[in-house]
Amino acid sequence: MISEAEKKLLVRGTQINYYFVCKTKLWLFSHHIQMEQESDAVELGKLIHDDTYKREEKGLILDDLISADFMRKGKVLEVHEVKKSNKMEEAHLFQLLYYLYYLKNEKGIEKIRGFIDYPKLRKRKEIRLTHDIEKRLEKILQDIDSIIKGDVPQPQRKKICRNCAYLEFCWS
Amino acid sequence: MTRKNYYILTNGLLKRKENTLYFINKDGKRPLPIHAIYSIYTYGALSISSQVVNLLSKEGIPIHFFNRYGFYTGSFYPRETLLSGDLLIKQVEHFIDNEKRLKLASDFVKGAISNMKRVLSYYNLDNNMDALLENLNSCDKITEIMNVEGRARADYYRLLDKILPKDFRIGQRTRRPPKNMTNALISFGNSLLYSTIISEIYNTQLNPTISYLHEPFERRYSLALDISELFKPIIIDRLILYLIKKNMIDKTDFEKDLNYSLLNENGKRKFIAEYDKRLKKTIKHRKIGRKVSYKRLIRLECYKLIKHVLGKEQYKPFISWW
Ligand code: SF4
Repeated sequence: MISEAEKKLLVRGTQINYYFVCKTKLWLFSHHIQMEQESDAVELGKLIHDDTYKREEKGLILDDLISADFMRKGKVLEVHEVKKSNKMEEAHLFQLLYYLYYLKNEKGIEKIRGFIDYPKLRKRKEIRLTHDIEKRLEKILQDIDSIIKGDVPQPQRKKICRNCAYLEFCWS
Repeated sequence: MTRKNYYILTNGLLKRKENTLYFINKDGKRPLPIHAIYSIYTYGALSISSQVVNLLSKEGIPIHFFNRYGFYTGSFYPRETLLSGDLLIKQVEHFIDNEKRLKLASDFVKGAISNMKRVLSYYNLDNNMDALLENLNSCDKITEIMNVEGRARADYYRLLDKILPKDFRIGQRTRRPPKNMTNALISFGNSLLYSTIISEIYNTQLNPTISYLHEPFERRYSLALDISELFKPIIIDRLILYLIKKNMIDKTDFEKDLNYSLLNENGKRKFIAEYDKRLKKTIKHRKIGRKVSYKRLIRLECYKLIKHVLGKEQYKPFISWW
């Protein structure tokens, strides 16, 4: 079973992703208004509820994230996010950066390297956590908290609505 | 894979083998792959093992039970996985605050009457539904709203009798037991619809026991009663009128011994088949920009309620636009 810490981490990561994608989505997800269809949120729900779910499939090697093995001295922890296309979206980038940030600041793991893998293109891109990015992440986390505390943001119709699990919710 | 409703009309046994359920009766064994089931409706005596219950619970599949007369007797409502404390608080708030409750109760009746009006206009029946809608505005008690609804329904049935063949006239609406064929059809259909709505609510974060038009103690899932008012005319009544007008159902589909006041097995089968067809029927939804099924419309109604209690968007009841 996934631990509380992992759960929180995943929720935070998803929130950061949604922060860039859509504020309505961020709010609804954070208030546990999730859709029953296949969606990131539901996948996440499954991940949390169903221990038989294969975690590797998420792209992020969560098992290893807090496993003692990697905390051993000398070993470098690699966090991978697997992407199909090379369209590098801010949402994913910051989600990954947040995981790095978390490992560094909460777990004290300094030796981390983040990668975005594009197996189709046989490419790999390294992501670095800089001081400026850390500051930016902190700002984003604060923003997220104040959005969640407020009223649900009015949905704005955009391209991605078509593939969003909340499509019917927002536009019914 | 889209999940389907399964309807079981005969007595039998539900067994589990790995991820498949088997329905076994005197005629044999029928597999129900677990990932293909949305809800189960059962009309016979059904035996279930705890393994089956565990699996249904894990997969979030409700079962609705009806007695052999087709009356709803209860549901197996699996453990809820979609929970939102915030939403529950808001739902309760809209019940406790009298003004907020009145607004929702009156909206449900407004939707109900508007949809009755649609059915009547479809059959070119002149009616006074507009006047009744007008009356709703001056109600400041739940009982008054209920009265308007009752008056509308009485008028509505009286008008429908004008286009029904003699044998199928409704006359007085009688419930337990229904006293004639069309009353039997209405009761049977309304029970089905009620269960369908329970399944839709289950798939949202709404708590099904908090209702606004009906008192929460009236039924276990009283919110489903509220929502069913909106859909009865469009889904059930239209279906019944269709079956009768097309001569798809007749006396032989009812229990003769019981004075034709209950559907027999063949009648139930026909009704359920047509009902399921209707749930799957789609119409274009402008705002969503996609086709949605009648069943999905019920879900959308749940979403609209969620948005309303969250304070995001004023609830507007479903009124058929076709
Ligand atoms: S449907 Fe559009 S507005 Fe609604 S949550 Fe999804 S992306 Fe945001």
